[in-house]
Amino acid sequence: MQASDRFNINSQLEHLQAKYVGTGHADLSRFEWAVNIQRDSYASYIGHHPMLAYFAIAENESIGRERYNFMQKMLLPCGLPPEREDS
Amino acid sequence: MYLYNLTLQKATGVVCAINGNFAGGKLQEIAVARGKVLELIRPDDSGKIQILLSVEVFGAIRSLAAFRLTGSQKDYLVVGSDSGRIVILEYNKEKNIFDKIHQETFGKSGCRRIVPGQYLAVDPKGRAVMIGACEKQKLVYVLNRDTAARLTISSPLEAHKSHTVTYSICGVDCGFDNPIFAAIELDYSEADQDPTGQVASEAQKHLTFYELDLGLNHVSRKWSEPVDNGANMLVTVPGGDDGPSGVLVCAENFVIYKNQGHPDVRAVIPRRTDLPAERGVLIVSAATHRQRSMFFFLLQTEYGDIFKVTLEHSGGEVSELKIKYFDTLPVTSSLCVLKTGFLLAASEFGNHALYQFQAIGEEADVEASSATLMETDEGFQPVFFQPRGLKNLMRIDQMESLMPIMDMKVENLFEEETPQIFMLCGRGPRSSMRILRPGLAISEMAVSQLPGVPSAVWTVKKNVNDEFDAYIVVSFANATLVLSIGETVEEVSDSGFLDTTPSLAVSLIGDDSLMQVYPSGIRHIREDGRVNEWRTPGKRTIVKVGCNRLQVVIALSGGELIYFEVDLTGQLMEVEKHEMSGDVACLDIAPVPEGRQRSRFLAVGSYDNTIRILSLDPDDCMQVLSVQSVSAAPESLLFLEVNASVGGVDGADHPASLFLNAGLSSGVLFRTVVDMISGQLSDSRSRFLGLRAPKLFSVVVRGRQAMLCLSSRPWLGYIHQGHFLLTPLSYEALEYAASFSSDQCAEGVVAVAGDALRVFTIERLGETFNETAIPLRYTPRKFVFHKRKILVIIESDQGAFSAEEREAAKKEFFESAGMDENGHSSADQMENGDDEDKNDPLSDEQYGYPKAESEKWVSCIRVLDPKTASTTCLLELQDNEAAFSVCTVNFRDKEYGTLLAVGTAKGLQFWPRRNLVAGYIHIYRFVEDGKSLELLHKTQVEGVPLALCQFQGRLLAGIGPILRLYDLGKKRLLRKCENKLFPNTIVSIHTYRDRIYVGDIQESFHYCKYRRDENQLYIFADDCVPRWLTASHHIDFDTMAGGDKFGNIYFVRLPQDVSDEIEEDPTGGKIKWEQGKLNGAPNKVEEIMQFHVGDAVTCLQKASLIPGGGDSVIYGTVMGSLGAMLPFTSRDDVDFFSHLEMHLRQEHPPLCGRDHMAFRSAYFPVKDVIDGDLCEQFPTLPMDMQRKIADELDRTPAEILKKLEEIRNKIV
Repeated sequence: MQASDRFNINSQLEHLQAKYVGTGHADLSRFEWAVNIQRDSYASYIGHHPMLAYFAIAENESIGRERYNFMQKMLLPCGLPPEREDS
Repeated sequence: MYLYNLTLQKATGVVCAINGNFAGGKLQEIAVARGKVLELIRPDDSGKIQILLSVEVFGAIRSLAAFRLTGSQKDYLVVGSDSGRIVILEYNKEKNIFDKIHQETFGKSGCRRIVPGQYLAVDPKGRAVMIGACEKQKLVYVLNRDTAARLTISSPLEAHKSHTVTYSICGVDCGFDNPIFAAIELDYSEADQDPTGQVASEAQKHLTFYELDLGLNHVSRKWSEPVDNGANMLVTVPGGDDGPSGVLVCAENFVIYKNQGHPDVRAVIPRRTDLPAERGVLIVSAATHRQRSMFFFLLQTEYGDIFKVTLEHSGGEVSELKIKYFDTLPVTSSLCVLKTGFLLAASEFGNHALYQFQAIGEEADVEASSATLMETDEGFQPVFFQPRGLKNLMRIDQMESLMPIMDMKVENLFEEETPQIFMLCGRGPRSSMRILRPGLAISEMAVSQLPGVPSAVWTVKKNVNDEFDAYIVVSFANATLVLSIGETVEEVSDSGFLDTTPSLAVSLIGDDSLMQVYPSGIRHIREDGRVNEWRTPGKRTIVKVGCNRLQVVIALSGGELIYFEVDLTGQLMEVEKHEMSGDVACLDIAPVPEGRQRSRFLAVGSYDNTIRILSLDPDDCMQVLSVQSVSAAPESLLFLEVNASVGGVDGADHPASLFLNAGLSSGVLFRTVVDMISGQLSDSRSRFLGLRAPKLFSVVVRGRQAMLCLSSRPWLGYIHQGHFLLTPLSYEALEYAASFSSDQCAEGVVAVAGDALRVFTIERLGETFNETAIPLRYTPRKFVFHKRKILVIIESDQGAFSAEEREAAKKEFFESAGMDENGHSSADQMENGDDEDKNDPLSDEQYGYPKAESEKWVSCIRVLDPKTASTTCLLELQDNEAAFSVCTVNFRDKEYGTLLAVGTAKGLQFWPRRNLVAGYIHIYRFVEDGKSLELLHKTQVEGVPLALCQFQGRLLAGIGPILRLYDLGKKRLLRKCENKLFPNTIVSIHTYRDRIYVGDIQESFHYCKYRRDENQLYIFADDCVPRWLTASHHIDFDTMAGGDKFGNIYFVRLPQDVSDEIEEDPTGGKIKWEQGKLNGAPNKVEEIMQFHVGDAVTCLQKASLIPGGGDSVIYGTVMGSLGAMLPFTSRDDVDFFSHLEMHLRQEHPPLCGRDHMAFRSAYFPVKDVIDGDLCEQFPTLPMDMQRKIADELDRTPAEILKKLEEIRNKIV
């Protein structure tokens, strides 16, 4: 009973992780967490036009350029991932 | 405390715009998303932009697309928003509303990474729509018709790809084969795992085609191929019989034609010659123009240059792609090309413009082509060009946009009746100082001096069927002047009017005769020139007259009324007499209803503060139908028919109700509904208009009756989109007015004031404010008032050249262009430039400033006299310094009087991390009566001084996380005291008594206190919520108002007991040493009000916009909207409006599918604010719904409308 429950929760979690990008897990590293937050932030900036305009004014760029820059930053938002320790 | 939020000026910036035949028929409309407002606009035949409909949707609109089912004549509008739903709207021409046809939920609400809504693409044949998110998710909906020809929508088909960022999507035109959608995608999954950076550097964008198999009802990835890594946008290329199909991939510096099974055709985007080499050229907006025989694309770069892109193709093969320089416009967020030859350029910042095509770029110009593409070792060879004057486009109209509002202050600087709103708007070369006044703009057509001081003016037609007026009749104290209207307006003497006496009324009577009423009689001038005179009995004189086309009532001195009617032969016959109890103060007869012989009502105002309605029917002639007592003697009366509710374009659907308007001697306008049958008066409302008794005149506005009220300033009462609006006109006080219609001016007003006759028209109906703009040089940051008459503005721009450098570069260019021998085109440019604009052949407003390296700053301090709109002093900062804060300060030693402190930074850089060479605080002295500035000294500081404020005869400066108190020294500022305990960066400082309210860039407010005896600054309270402050305002001793970057407004207040304790400090100084937990302050402020505006708030101020009104908090936003929050004064009103809001939330959910409550609580739950924008949608509901809601509130719909009107009138 106990074992199957645990199995259930795990599988539910896996399902959530597959469905919703960014759902965390127990072994999430600091880097992964930060990358995820950054991507969420950039997506939010792109989605909210006033925010995009606000950045565009601060950097004196066009809104279109600002949107493109944020999209580009989605690739490596926090720089390179750290070396894995276990390997 | 409860607040009522009301948007005074809807957002003026544009997020995206799309054109289509939304109303059906030949005309094209443009659907415009302005953040949370969806608008439908249309240029009329003369090229003026008309707003058909404007709906607040309570959600963020992110994308729009239009599609048309095959064979249909009408386009549907698809809206991608933050609602987690796809919404399909149809414009209903009859009711002038958007009908929501479909609303399908697919995800969570909010602008999220994987919830679609960011991108929309439609199949060019209107069979399917794809809605995409920034990452992973893409959904395809199949669109079809059912048997009753209604639009149907399928359940969504998934085209997801996880770990993939999407840059752009578009539909591919493949005729009636299975619909295909193209997307630019980038897979990041492996880059996240690779610590060496190898994978990330090799990451490749792909162009992917998704095919919707209509037979299998399934979406598959059909084709995917690497594409240039700078790709950012896709444009559909016409297919089928019209073109080669496929897509244009816009990438940094390139445009590439791609299609499945077709080699890439690539051409470079020409670069401006003055562009730094490090910068790329990115396409930011695109439009396609299609005609039967040809098509081309207009692509605009981030610098504003528009290129015409054409494809050489035959049989589905593209042989050449050409990019030709077209014209330069301010950078747009959307371009729309209309079939009628108009181009709407919806600017990113600043005013939008409508252009007309003069040519389609057939002439020779700088051109890049795929055929001449040269690849060298350093990459592809660039093509250069120099922008020139407009050649292919001509601007014919513009729409004002305040976006972005950088700073705002409300102040009555000009000592007018209402305060003016001063705001800094725009960016770079298009920035301006705008002065807004509540009221409608007018445009003056003519002013002419008259020989004396006129007392009244009328206009008359010669025949009832005439389109235009024939005469202007002006009455003086002892004479009457008749002016005939033709090509010119000139005096005539053959009109038949008696010119040796003053006139009381002049009008058209019957079908074609004129009437002049003067103190001792009535003169009736028949069409053939015969004159009938009626003289008053004895020595009595006529004092007041009321007339319409068929009825005349005169009041004799002593109070006798005599009623005349026009009989069938056109004779004016006396019908009835009636003795009133006293002198008559004013009279009016309602206009004759369509198809009737006479109007039934006569209104008579008496000096005993009553208004009586008398019947004019033959059966009960001169019987008093009802009596209304008013607060002061009525001076003027006017009947006006009002269609109270919306419907049709201007609300023609609902039965009109007749309003009696009375201008009282106390300056109040009193309005009451007259029952059409019984003449009973009900539902009265009054409004203070000015210091003089309002005189009321009927005028024509957009073909309908409207009311002009002349008090100490003129007002116009008219109907706009179903609302009756009473708005002041921005014009001087007028004495008497009449409507005016002539060949040159179809709907004008002629008025007298002083000894001048004025003709003007009223413009831009429906707007709350009118504005005057004063251009500025760079992006304005902040401004202050000096001595309540002078403005000091600081402006700064990153990555631009200073004025001298620009001047030199321009000169050099023109010299070289002039001397260029093979430069046929450049000689052309000169000519063109010179022809169009002699002073400035390349105006910066149109072309933008040339780009400099990003670490270069330009900045200036400007002293502006707003009355004359002249800059009296302009200091350009040297050495890469930029100004960021400004304040006026009076130091304790009064040697210099008021000084100006400006905080600057030298060599500021944001990337890769923020650093700077140095920060400075400049101290300037005002010289020449404040008209000019003189530098006293400047003090170097270690960070950017982003906030400055005067405090107890010293200067407080926020420098990064340090709050420091300075005193004035001879050579520099002297540090007196500091506190380094602020979390990030101080962005605002307000002071009141010995309290200092400090705003941190991301940690909300900190309340500080200064101990003079111990010379210490300490923080005693802070906020427990992280708030990224963008605006702040001091409300009272314990309360601050703030606006954050995410679009929330909130108020925080220090609890009363804490406040008292801090002030009295019974512990004898212990409070000062008290420590909070976790590095916070010992006390916390409480949030007392919270509201999501949906737009980053950049400025806040407590002010009143009407004379004698209560204060409200006025806010301005990045998108260029202005709003107000009015505190409720009674509990009853709070109950009423919160119930109304509740019912509207239930009965009338927002158009784009976002839940209203969820939207207003997007970041924090809404607290104690009632949304007036939602309440004001009540009149747009169908009648039965209005009644239902009114019943639940135990009121009638009319009462609710009255309530809404009342509360609006309290604000503006």
